[in-house]
Amino acid sequence: MSAQMDKRRPYVRSMNSWWKRDPFFVRYMVMEATSVLVALYAVILLVGLLRLSQGEAAFNGWLGALESGPSILLHVLILVVFLYHLWSWFKVMPKTLPMIFVNGKKLPADTITYTGVLLAVVVNLIVLIILV
Amino acid sequence: MADTTKTIEIEVLRYRPEQDKEPFFQTYTVPFEDDWSVLQGLQYIKDDLDGTLSFRWSCRMAICGSCGMMIDGKPRLACRTFLRHYHPNKLRVGPLEHFPIERDLVVVVEDFIRKLESIKPYIIPKEPRKLEQGEYLQTPAQLEQFRQFSGCINCMLCYAACPQYGLDSKFTGPGVLALMHRYNADSRDGGRGERMALGHSEEGFWGCTAVTYCSEVCPKDVDPANAINQNKMGSAIDYFLRFVAPRGAGK
Amino acid sequence: MTRSNAPLVWSLFGAGGVLAALVGPALVFVTGIAVPAGILMSHDLMSYQRMFGFAQSWAGKIIILAVIVLFLWHAALRIFHMLHDFGIHPGVASKLICFGLPFLCTVAAFYWVLPI
Ligand code: SF4
Ligand code: FES
Repeated sequence: MSAQMDKRRPYVRSMNSWWKRDPFFVRYMVMEATSVLVALYAVILLVGLLRLSQGEAAFNGWLGALESGPSILLHVLILVVFLYHLWSWFKVMPKTLPMIFVNGKKLPADTITYTGVLLAVVVNLIVLIILV
Repeated sequence: MADTTKTIEIEVLRYRPEQDKEPFFQTYTVPFEDDWSVLQGLQYIKDDLDGTLSFRWSCRMAICGSCGMMIDGKPRLACRTFLRHYHPNKLRVGPLEHFPIERDLVVVVEDFIRKLESIKPYIIPKEPRKLEQGEYLQTPAQLEQFRQFSGCINCMLCYAACPQYGLDSKFTGPGVLALMHRYNADSRDGGRGERMALGHSEEGFWGCTAVTYCSEVCPKDVDPANAINQNKMGSAIDYFLRFVAPRGAGK
Repeated sequence: MTRSNAPLVWSLFGAGGVLAALVGPALVFVTGIAVPAGILMSHDLMSYQRMFGFAQSWAGKIIILAVIVLFLWHAALRIFHMLHDFGIHPGVASKLICFGLPFLCTVAAFYWVLPI
């Protein structure tokens, strides 16, 4: 045993930049990275809430900041990220749901994804219509 | 004759623990036929070019699960991957990612085997059963709950696809957790309670961050990512409910 | 095997993820683009009076809190995972940043919206 063990010298490879090794991992990291802008948007709203609680002048200051060019550009970026989140959320959904059987056949992953995306698009439109 | 034979360059990651400090690529030029698998290419190398090359194989028909390796960076079964797909380019072959390299294309599998045993991958009857009671009956719907997950051949490709296992090998990993689910989801089984202590832990289902590449590379369409992630909701409900309801057996 | 406490944050992560998909794009478009730039929608939509009135109602408070708090916790879990993926493994520091900050923000959100 020990003589045999002595010859063994298992080589452990590094995990440095593992996520660059495969496009699949890059897509996963992009999905995870959407969270940074989701957090930023939540913080922007939180600041808005603080300003709202401080009175009209404060709140108008916040509104004014939103109207600046850089802010609008930033929100365009945030919008793109939210749309990617919408897509990737339902892309992963078939993995997170228990298997669904319809007439004894397993519901295909794409059906789940597209149903989810459709639902989300409709809900987003309803929100828009309510607000307009 | 000779000039009609196609050849392909195969770069193989070599590591001989007794003489190499670290792995390095060695290139072999291999004549091949259109129906040659990567495994056959490696066998040609071993038989005709370099007898020192080590790799695992057995069935040559994608069922024993021993020939898993990285082929051009993807975890694949060497017997199920064909050289013609890479020709006229060269291809790179290496041992499965995320496992320590034992030698050349052979990886250390002890960790995987230990985990496999730890989840009791067999049916644990709900109660002792007498012969006279006859066989278990299962409806097609009950069968479908686990059939897909029972196709696993323990090839470990999903481990080479799982960065969470690579980052922290305490994580039980896709294949074994899929097998855990396979037995838990079997209507004949009563061992769920014993297995779920691991399932509810960080080493179990909660170590997964839903990368889902495991399901992509699995040669048997086991879909380990689904086996794991469909358990999270149940595990979360169990997490909160145990405060309000006494823990029932087997849940 | 110790039971993981992941379900605590994971539940909020999941709820936030669903909410971000269902209403996120519409909200970002309205609050960050349409209203500030005056495209399709009037500035009035987010005037102080309207927003204050909205935040005074219980429905408004719940909606505001749900959006801010759940979005934050949704992001928190992913950022926590991302740190781990980049090699900063779970520890006191990463937990303080990823879960401590959203916790403070959650408390702040309640503290600011409830008195309105
Ligand atoms: S789940 Fe698939 S990839 Fe993983 S060990 Fe089993 S057969 Fe191989
Ligand atoms: S040799 Fe058996 S799976 Fe490839």
